[in-house]
Amino acid sequence: MSTLEIKNITASVAGKKILNGIDLTVRSGEVHAVMGPNGAGKSTLSAVIMGKPGYEVHGGQVLLDGVDLLALPAWERAQAGVHLVMQYPIEVPGVSLTDMLSAAFDARGRATDGLVSEVAAEAKRINFPVALLDRSLNVDFSGGEKKRNETVQLALLAPKFAILDELDSGLDLDALRDCARRVEDASNTDGPNGRLGVLAITHYNRLLAELHPDRVHILVKGRIVASGGPELADQLEHDGYEAFSDAPVVA
Amino acid sequence: MPASTSTAESRYEAIEADAPDRDLRLAAAERAAAMELPSAELEVWRYSRIGELELAAFTPAAVESTVTGADALVATKSTLIDELVASMSPHDVFDELNAAFNRTVAVSVPAGKVLREPIVVTHHIAGDGVALYPRLLIHGGADSEFTVVERFESGDDTYALVVPRLVVHVSQAARVSYLGINLLGPRVWQLAHQQATGERDSTTLLSTVALGGDYARVRTDARVVGQGASTKQIALYYADGTQMHDFRTLQDHIAPRTNSDLLFKGAVQDNAKSVYTGLIRIREEAKGSVAFQTNRNLTLSAGAWAESVPNLDIKTNDVKCSHASSVGPIDEDQRFYLESRGISPAVAERLVVLGFFDDVLAMLPVGDLRGDLRARVERKLVGSAS
Repeated sequence: MSTLEIKNITASVAGKKILNGIDLTVRSGEVHAVMGPNGAGKSTLSAVIMGKPGYEVHGGQVLLDGVDLLALPAWERAQAGVHLVMQYPIEVPGVSLTDMLSAAFDARGRATDGLVSEVAAEAKRINFPVALLDRSLNVDFSGGEKKRNETVQLALLAPKFAILDELDSGLDLDALRDCARRVEDASNTDGPNGRLGVLAITHYNRLLAELHPDRVHILVKGRIVASGGPELADQLEHDGYEAFSDAPVVA
Repeated sequence: MPASTSTAESRYEAIEADAPDRDLRLAAAERAAAMELPSAELEVWRYSRIGELELAAFTPAAVESTVTGADALVATKSTLIDELVASMSPHDVFDELNAAFNRTVAVSVPAGKVLREPIVVTHHIAGDGVALYPRLLIHGGADSEFTVVERFESGDDTYALVVPRLVVHVSQAARVSYLGINLLGPRVWQLAHQQATGERDSTTLLSTVALGGDYARVRTDARVVGQGASTKQIALYYADGTQMHDFRTLQDHIAPRTNSDLLFKGAVQDNAKSVYTGLIRIREEAKGSVAFQTNRNLTLSAGAWAESVPNLDIKTNDVKCSHASSVGPIDEDQRFYLESRGISPAVAERLVVLGFFDDVLAMLPVGDLRGDLRARVERKLVGSAS
């Protein structure tokens, strides 16, 4: 059992304060949804956890089983067991998914002998075209191909925790279902690092229909203004984010 | 400064006493001796290190070259060769010096002949204070198809000036590919000039991989003179330490419905420099032509410097033409993406740089050489990460 603790994080981008004290705890096998309107700080939260350059953390901690992630560079955070599924996966000309995973396995001291067949099996499982495995990462991929590609990486790297940054944005229904089901399987199945803990950051709740969160948090203006069970997403669907903008913090 | 300061006798020793063209060579040497060295104030030498050249420090000598792949096709004397030489029209002191002191390899492939294996010409550059003037003449007969690789190799101690001249003539409907590989040592200067002419419906590929040399310059003029002819120019260059790579290209459209494409990609690290200057010239008679030019440069260290200067000179409206160029460090988003998968910064950078060169490597005409050249690029990268 692993624990990812986000404690009172405050952060800014380009001098503008975006996160005003975020507290969240996710354990192995749990699925947490963080929902918020545009500009609430959703992507900043994911960037800060992963260590993307350009974000300044002013206070707080991110602990993975007690290890302070914020003291580590991004690549060591990944090796410690957090994985970011990107909202806009980056094009890397001349580097294929196989190249990337091979280097990522090497970095973890994992054997790459069976990599090609493992990647092919995982690709097939979520309907990612095998023909794209040796093409440049994300170059000329459709929206669905990009997110399926991200999900193949997540499945094979088998981290302790996954941060899904708007996995659903711009995704067609089939791709959304394939990706969400793969993530949900990982959260229900014991892998090399136990069951996957998930922090799903999203604007809309159609992802949640597939992902079945245990907890839902509402993020407004850099604060979590409400937390609850799955019913909170339904309330949000009905009332909109406006109903939450002045709500007190619920622990 | 006069180009030659030593006595005529010692300078001309490299011209063999029984050379059939001795008088022509001596005349070229005399002309060279009377000429000034160019300076970087001339547009064609802008950004170059020509001002540092002490020509008198180098004594002309014979270059040792080997040829493999198709011995029977290596001509020594023919009217075709004479025509190629005549087409060179020397115009500066280095052209004259090459005319005086050259050792020539001539490749002439007859009409209709298709060669599966490449012809490989290797120049073994050796010596201390020598000037070497290799000349490679390539003639592709009508509808012929073949590849010529020209390798420049030297040891790390070699102190030399290499002034290569290349003439490529591609006859009607022929497909000729050329790959020049610079693996020169860190004390070698190279001042290369390449001229290619493509006749009607011909296809010419001029490719370069430049990894070596102290200052290595390649000037390439690709002329498409026959309707429907196309040329492609590609280059991969990677300078480290205090190396400088200098490229100057011309895509010259002289006939209607001609095509040219160019993709030059380079990297500089440590205190290395690179310059790319390219011109697309579409003449008035070249209606319906298509020309592209792309130059991309990665600067991998704060002390490294790259310059990219694309130019267009278009004399007719009926063309499709574009150019693009960039100079900058590795894309931060690409690096972060790989690092976010647990890949260390050094390995992430290596993947991104190798990926950057991947399309050029894939276009090189000799597939068997790609692995070796990629490994050489990777070794330079590993050197930078230590």
